[in-house]
Amino acid sequence: MPILSVQDVTVQFGGLKANDNISFDVQAGSIFAVIGPNGAGKTTLFNVISGFFQPTEGQVFFNGCSLAGLAQHEVSSRGLVRTYQLVQLFNDLTVLENVKIGCHRVTSGGILASLLRPRWMKDQEKSVEEKALSCLDFVGLASVAGMQAGKLPYGQQRLLEVARALASEPELLMLDEPAAGLNVQETSALADVIERINARGVTVLLVEHDMGLVMRVAQQMIVLDFGSKIAEGTPEFIKQHPDVLAAYLGGTETTDV
Amino acid sequence: MTSHNITSTKITSSTLLPVGLVLAVLVLALNSSGYVVTVIGFAAIYAIFCTGLNFFMGYTGQASFGQNAFAALGGYGSAILTGGYYWEPVPAMLVSMLFAGLVAGFIGYPTLKLRGHYLAMATFALGLITYEISIEWSSLTMGYMGYSGIPPLGIGRFELVTEKQQLVALTVLMLLGVWMATRMRQSRFGRALRAIAGSEAAAQALGINVARYKLIAFVVAALYASLAGSLFAHFVGFISPEVFGSAMVIQSFTMLFLGGVGTVWGPVIGALMVSLLPELLRGLKELQDVAYCSLLVVMLIYAPRGLFDFIVQSFEKTDIAKIFSKNRG
Repeated sequence: MPILSVQDVTVQFGGLKANDNISFDVQAGSIFAVIGPNGAGKTTLFNVISGFFQPTEGQVFFNGCSLAGLAQHEVSSRGLVRTYQLVQLFNDLTVLENVKIGCHRVTSGGILASLLRPRWMKDQEKSVEEKALSCLDFVGLASVAGMQAGKLPYGQQRLLEVARALASEPELLMLDEPAAGLNVQETSALADVIERINARGVTVLLVEHDMGLVMRVAQQMIVLDFGSKIAEGTPEFIKQHPDVLAAYLGGTETTDV
Repeated sequence: MTSHNITSTKITSSTLLPVGLVLAVLVLALNSSGYVVTVIGFAAIYAIFCTGLNFFMGYTGQASFGQNAFAALGGYGSAILTGGYYWEPVPAMLVSMLFAGLVAGFIGYPTLKLRGHYLAMATFALGLITYEISIEWSSLTMGYMGYSGIPPLGIGRFELVTEKQQLVALTVLMLLGVWMATRMRQSRFGRALRAIAGSEAAAQALGINVARYKLIAFVVAALYASLAGSLFAHFVGFISPEVFGSAMVIQSFTMLFLGGVGTVWGPVIGALMVSLLPELLRGLKELQDVAYCSLLVVMLIYAPRGLFDFIVQSFEKTDIAKIFSKNRG
């Protein structure tokens, strides 16, 4: 059974079909990429999967359960955690606190527990701290744990967002253009982090513009253009696909010249 | 490991210093005239109010211009139950808090779907409505005349007759309120609130039920406000609609932002400063208001994140902080 199954998803904004009848399956443990030119409907698809809005038609199944009608926090609390195209950090908090908040999904306790601080709460706080530090270590940010998140350089903010998502122990991690605005070295470091996350058994779904990154890490991918899926397959297959070349290069007729 | 040392120093300096300050003020007030006691008492009550407001406005980053409504509920609840029905102050206070909390939950559920300016307006309306009710429902609230004959705080036959005794009780309650706020802030619950202030989108993506946490923060703020209202009623022995009018909103905002919104001790420091300043400047007569406002502006220029941050930062530069960190290490 695939971990994520998108079935006939259509999203209509007035007369515009941002997603037109898109279907694909993501196998557990893989790195799956969604690519396509600007305006192809990648982010819309991402928003539908993460529960940010509901599809006009079609359904998304996560681990065999339909996500229809679930609010975003309900989707994420099932283990499908996303990051954003524009970095969304808790800027005023420290790097470590940011990652601690990531642990929210896999911890418990409300006001009463915070006031009474029973044994399990203290133990939990201790393990949250340890886990947060180890997640920071994982992406190479342990040395800046005490710094205010908003003051980090952009590349590190990206990594922090990944570390924070990782702290929530996702089954499926959805990264929305994680390499946007990164330089070559930073992108390469990010690719490395994505591969190591995947090696821990986390399925990764990636929306990305940076072809170098996608071709390096993705095992399977789909290509969107004008809201429709035009191709699906391995990076090698996609590279040669005539429709994909047309979509990216603006038409095959140039080859005739 | 460096991060641990930093946090422990911060916690030490940021707890000992304000508690010391509060106790020093208390001792000073106890050795002063009745008028000073009254001013400091009001400061303590406002500190409780602002500590609650801070949950909603500081930690969670939402705007409420209507917390005075819940102070009014607490104040009138206590006044009517103790003055009219001869209840004991403590159960009257708790019942009023419960009522205020229920009202906050009931009203907050639909209202908190609003954001930004719209939320500010809706909550402001809440304060205005409560104010009107407290005037018009005169069979219950005595209207403009105000409600008098409210007994002082006490348990059973043990009443806090003098103002100084009450001030001690107020200070203890305030410290308790701040202590509880600290514990709530430094926990999974508090982190969730602060996540919402930082980015609702990210909070949601991490599985935080944003609507629910906003509502809880609103209710917590209402509980503190109600307590503050009750304490005011007992401290003064008289309340009127004006006490819980819009002036209370402006006053509490000044305190919150001057002291440091989102910090634990900011509300307390702000409440103390804003209560004391006009009294200290009284000698300037007609220039009093000018001096007061100029001082506020100067403080906000040099301590834009509030006095609490300002004090902690200057404290950490001194040698005392190093001694503390050595002892800890």
